[in-house]
Amino acid sequence: MSGAADLTKQTEDQTGEPTRTPMLELRDLRVFYGAIEALKGINVKVYEGEVVALLGANGAGKSTTLRTASGMLSPRDGQVLFHGERVDGIKSHDLVRFGIGHVPEGRRVFPRMTVRENLEMGAYRFKAPDPDDMDRVFTLFPRLGERRTQLGGTLSGGEQQMLAIGRALMGKPELLLLDEPSMGLAPLIVRQIFDILEEINKQGTTVLLVEQNASQALQLADRGYVLETGSVAMEDEASALLADPRVRAAYLGEGAA
Amino acid sequence: MSDATKTTNLTVAQQLREVHWYQKPRWRKLGALLALGLLMSMVTGVQGTHKDIFYAIRENFSDGSVAVWLGIALVVWAVREFASAPFTSSARKVKGTLVTPLGAVGRLWSTERWVRWTVIAGFAAILVWGPMGLSRFWQTVLVDQIAIYLLVAVGLNVVIGWAGMLDLGFIAFFAIGAYSAAFWTGALPVQPPVVLNNFLVIPLAVITCLIAGVLLGAPTLRLRGDYLAIVTLGFHEIVYLAAKNLGDVTGGTSGVKVERWHIDLGFWSYEWNVVDQMPFYWLLLAFIGIVVFLFIRLEHSKVGRAWTAIREDEIAAASTGVDTVRYKLMAFAIGASTSGVAGVAYASKVGYINSENFVILLSILVLSYVIFGGMGSIPGVLFGAAFLVWLPEFLRDFVDPKDRHMYLGALLVVMMIYRPQGVIPSRRRQRELQMAEAGTGGADATGPAPGRQS
Ligand SMILES: Nc1ncnc2c1ncn2[C@@H]1O[C@H](COP(=O)(O)OP(=O)(O)OP(=O)(O)O)[C@@H](O)[C@H]1O
Ligand SMILES: [Mg+2]
Repeated sequence: MSGAADLTKQTEDQTGEPTRTPMLELRDLRVFYGAIEALKGINVKVYEGEVVALLGANGAGKSTTLRTASGMLSPRDGQVLFHGERVDGIKSHDLVRFGIGHVPEGRRVFPRMTVRENLEMGAYRFKAPDPDDMDRVFTLFPRLGERRTQLGGTLSGGEQQMLAIGRALMGKPELLLLDEPSMGLAPLIVRQIFDILEEINKQGTTVLLVEQNASQALQLADRGYVLETGSVAMEDEASALLADPRVRAAYLGEGAA
Repeated sequence: MSDATKTTNLTVAQQLREVHWYQKPRWRKLGALLALGLLMSMVTGVQGTHKDIFYAIRENFSDGSVAVWLGIALVVWAVREFASAPFTSSARKVKGTLVTPLGAVGRLWSTERWVRWTVIAGFAAILVWGPMGLSRFWQTVLVDQIAIYLLVAVGLNVVIGWAGMLDLGFIAFFAIGAYSAAFWTGALPVQPPVVLNNFLVIPLAVITCLIAGVLLGAPTLRLRGDYLAIVTLGFHEIVYLAAKNLGDVTGGTSGVKVERWHIDLGFWSYEWNVVDQMPFYWLLLAFIGIVVFLFIRLEHSKVGRAWTAIREDEIAAASTGVDTVRYKLMAFAIGASTSGVAGVAYASKVGYINSENFVILLSILVLSYVIFGGMGSIPGVLFGAAFLVWLPEFLRDFVDPKDRHMYLGALLVVMMIYRPQGVIPSRRRQRELQMAEAGTGGADATGPAPGRQS
């Protein structure tokens, strides 16, 4: 749609930002669950090569944002743009082919498939899984390499998270959407997973990350957004957010603001 | 906390920790088997009279049939519980004696082409000409029932075994196929625009069943498990009642005569007739062969993998790029049209259909064939259908024919106690049960509940 493209230029010229098209842009996004308005017109941009963190309290709408970006939900209003093209309303299984990989909340590995079969399913959009990708996943996550024939459902929580990320990588995503990869994991494993995410990002995958673990997320991220009850309350460079006393009070548990 | 509450707490914990003997699986199984034996002795024994309601019970006790049945139950249980170690070791011995020659054949099988072809040809020859040696009664059973239900069961396996959707009304599509055959060959009171040959009806029946399957599936595929089961049950009942009550259209309970299979090419014609069962058998064997071949290819294709993923976790399947709605519809439609082909084959073989050929019991029986043989496993389903259709016919000579289905029921109960995965289970089904036993997820008919996920 040419109208949408013009609009992009306008807004960006007004703010005087460089006219670079974001890889993913959520524009005035409003999402409803029945009568409940879960997202009240949020704007989020993710540029190529970035790691962007989405923070917020429980129920702020972080998962809703990711689900909308990955096509599992359709917005009532607003747009989802991928490389400047509207993709809202496209179903999630088709969006995968655009290069958007989604690691949904709660990992959701295939419980009765082995680690290897899970990874092969991740490459479902291709004719056959790329053996190089498989090797890459096993290099990134040696623990998975040791457990190739173990059933997904019998892995520990941390291993399941690794498998879920690995499975998304098998689809060669340009953009990886991650919903709380650190949920319920021991600090050491969280550290490992974040290191690997950094590595994945260095290898050229853009990352949009939902996290409760604000300090880890902001150390990894370039920029961050803070959601509050369906709206963006703050948006800044990750380092600035990390230094912000309000963020420190609300998400890092440092004294009252 | 006062001392008094402490003691009660302790007692509660103690009570909960204590496992009574009757709570152990072994004794529960014995209880179930004995109850089953008692039930069997009563329903297969002498009939009661309304004058003396205890007559049958007294008779069954005094003539020893109760003792016999309870004895059978006890032996089944004892063999499974206590003799399983020697049993497995002797089974292993048998296996050992078989493995060496079989291994040799297996090696030859993979290296020598002629061995492979000889084995395949020998097996095929038995399948093709073997039934010529059967009595006419068994030939009829083989064609009219076993072959037809094999086809239906293989179709149902796609829906329940692969895509994980519980369909309790599968015979509805069988009925639609049969009535399509009747309609297009001009057998129904309502006449078709053109009268067609039975063979030409097959694609039409497939299309009709596809459409019926999609119409039923589209609004209900968001449902799973129990909801879908009820919808399909209702659908079967609707189809059955329509066939029964729309006598002016379908012939109702008095039924209609359908032309048998025939080919007429003008210069050459052939008619399958009831004098010889074998031509019918060969025709159905060809149908089954084609369907099984196609389905085996399907199972190992991307479609089959999509079904497996959907059965495991729909959201995860969608996130890896599987169009869940499309593949679920596809499973439903493929299953429906297979059942429809079986319906055409049935009507064109038996030459007569009425509404009572399509009662709800048949849907349930087909489901039990699939579960008995092993959901999701084609060899299992083929065996399950063949064995369970054969069994009641076999029992005809040995027991009161009225009770035949009771034996089938008893067999199914014992089977579900000791081998719920089926006779020849699929690998995935085996995994499900293993994991259910390890406390990581359920193993219901329509696929596992999510396992360890936080
Ligand atoms: N299917 C649904 N139906 C109705 N309301 C929903 C549904 N899913 C989410 N919500 C509501 O939308 C709001 C945002 O939910 P969301 O899952 O996006 O929160 P979140 O920020 O991811 O929280 P958390 O950190 O706890 O995962 C919540 O108030 C939630 O109750
Ligand atoms: Mg969430």
